[in-house]
Amino acid sequence: MTKRIRLLVVLSVLLLAFAAAVPVSAQTIGLAISTLNNPFFVDLKEGAEEKAAELGVTLRVVDAQDDPARQLAGIEDLIAAGVDVILINPTDSAAVVPGVLAANRAGIPVITVDRAADGGVIVSHIASDNVLGGRMAAQLIVELSGGRAKVVELEGIPGTTAARERGQGFNEVISQYPGIVVVARQEAGFDRARGLTVMENILQAQPEIDFVFAHNDEMALGALVAIEAAGRAGQIKVIGFDATADAVRAVQEGRMLATIAQQPRLMGALGVETAVKVLRGEPVDKFIPVPLSLVIGR
Amino acid sequence: MLFVLLAMVVLASLLSDRFLTTNNLLNVARQVAINAILAAGMTVVILSGGIDLSVGSVLALSGAVGAGIIAGGGSWLVAVLAMLGLGTLLGAVNGFFVAYGQLPPFIVTLAMMAFARGSTLVYTGGRPITVFHPSFQWFGHGQVGPIPAPVFLVIVLYVIAHVFLSHTKVGRLIYAVGGNEQASRMAGIRVNQIKVLVYALSGFTAALAGIVLTSRLFSAQPTAGSGYELDAIAAVILGGTSLAGGRGSVTGTIIGALIIGILGNVLNLLNVSSFYQDVAKGIVILAAVLLDRLLHAGGRGVAVKGVSQGE
Repeated sequence: MTKRIRLLVVLSVLLLAFAAAVPVSAQTIGLAISTLNNPFFVDLKEGAEEKAAELGVTLRVVDAQDDPARQLAGIEDLIAAGVDVILINPTDSAAVVPGVLAANRAGIPVITVDRAADGGVIVSHIASDNVLGGRMAAQLIVELSGGRAKVVELEGIPGTTAARERGQGFNEVISQYPGIVVVARQEAGFDRARGLTVMENILQAQPEIDFVFAHNDEMALGALVAIEAAGRAGQIKVIGFDATADAVRAVQEGRMLATIAQQPRLMGALGVETAVKVLRGEPVDKFIPVPLSLVIGR
Repeated sequence: MLFVLLAMVVLASLLSDRFLTTNNLLNVARQVAINAILAAGMTVVILSGGIDLSVGSVLALSGAVGAGIIAGGGSWLVAVLAMLGLGTLLGAVNGFFVAYGQLPPFIVTLAMMAFARGSTLVYTGGRPITVFHPSFQWFGHGQVGPIPAPVFLVIVLYVIAHVFLSHTKVGRLIYAVGGNEQASRMAGIRVNQIKVLVYALSGFTAALAGIVLTSRLFSAQPTAGSGYELDAIAAVILGGTSLAGGRGSVTGTIIGALIIGILGNVLNLLNVSSFYQDVAKGIVILAAVLLDRLLHAGGRGVAVKGVSQGE
């Protein structure tokens, strides 16, 4: 029997070693994140943690490791832990619905971050402002060309929010400058190989091109290959979107002009800020757009 | 191992005042359900001296096919029967190659794991299939009295599995095959049929877990169940079933599944980072098995014979 007691003590110490200090705070925000195996979401989490420390609220993070079932379990645990608001970064918009409904039933306000939920009551959705990103790309062209340029637009998969909103912002600005002419506008499916072949065709048809704006970096990198192969690398400047590692490298090497980057850190910070507003009973917007940033070479 | 479970419950209640609430205990029970269902079938396979690495992928494929049937306007009952049938069939295929092909279970089920995952991606096109059907929803969100439906299914499944393993002739033959395959053959036991049966049962429980998971998430995910086979194996081992086969029980397995489930729940309640949670899970599994071995040392002895024969 004494052996059992000794073992119990050993086991207690073992478990206690893993138990982080649990600060008792009046207000706690739960963050159910999709994965921490991707730097984008690690940045998002760190942005949320910094803002929580600054505002003096406790943040509890549960990680779904990209598994919707694990995310649902995490949300249930947050509810059981008695958090006051839940920030959810869904692994999947459809599979997150039961989690949102569970929080709704428990009377806990839900805010979604980066990806939206297909159902349930959501107080606010925080995501990148793709329209603004499209405008930023257009404004860059306006600044560099002084309002006179021939432009190619490579569009993403029709019907996707990214393609629709990025195109909308871009064309809003371009249409105000009669000197900027869109000589070709083609769909290339967000795909690098399609970007290459579509750009090859456009290069055949258009003797004069100053700028290419692609709705994502994959298409931009494909277009870049076509442009370099055609020996027109000096004349045509390419702008992409997303700031993927390949694209950022191309920008640093001076092969690509620029790419538009999301700001996950800011996304996390805005999530916590909005959660605190909800706790204070202040009104919040249904959709909170997170501005993008421009990655540009020398 | 019951002792470890009780110690964990006591510790968990001491560390978090939120642990011993009805709501949270129901949470844990629901969260454990999927792993417990998979682990029931896994126990039977491991008792027979085999292993099944395909359960996570079989879960995903049957989930996707069932969701596809419902989304296509089919009846929920047809969908459920199709899912269980498909899972059982895939399991039987595993068993056929293990028994009649004389192939190592590790290799056969590894191949099935890749095959079923690939088929799921082909079938779904990589996108989740949303299902919202009031009757089908019962499996994940329904209630039997105060008991959540997934928990009810676990209870029924474990009662049946226990009776099957310890009170039927076939059940005892499974132990015999796992204990000594050669002797079983010489004693006239139809070893090959037993093997097909145990893998078919494991496929059946994988499909049942797929039904519960799909219903619980309102959707079938192409990546559903990835890595679940390892959690199921962990629950079986924690439950005291020997990887070499022939020794163990489903009552042990349910305790093992509860230990893993409670550990995850309490670490979430204590706000421990997910990276440390995995570290903790590894240490607890090792410590618990070691502890069990120490407590029972000298008593029954520990089966260590030919671990490799099980693979």
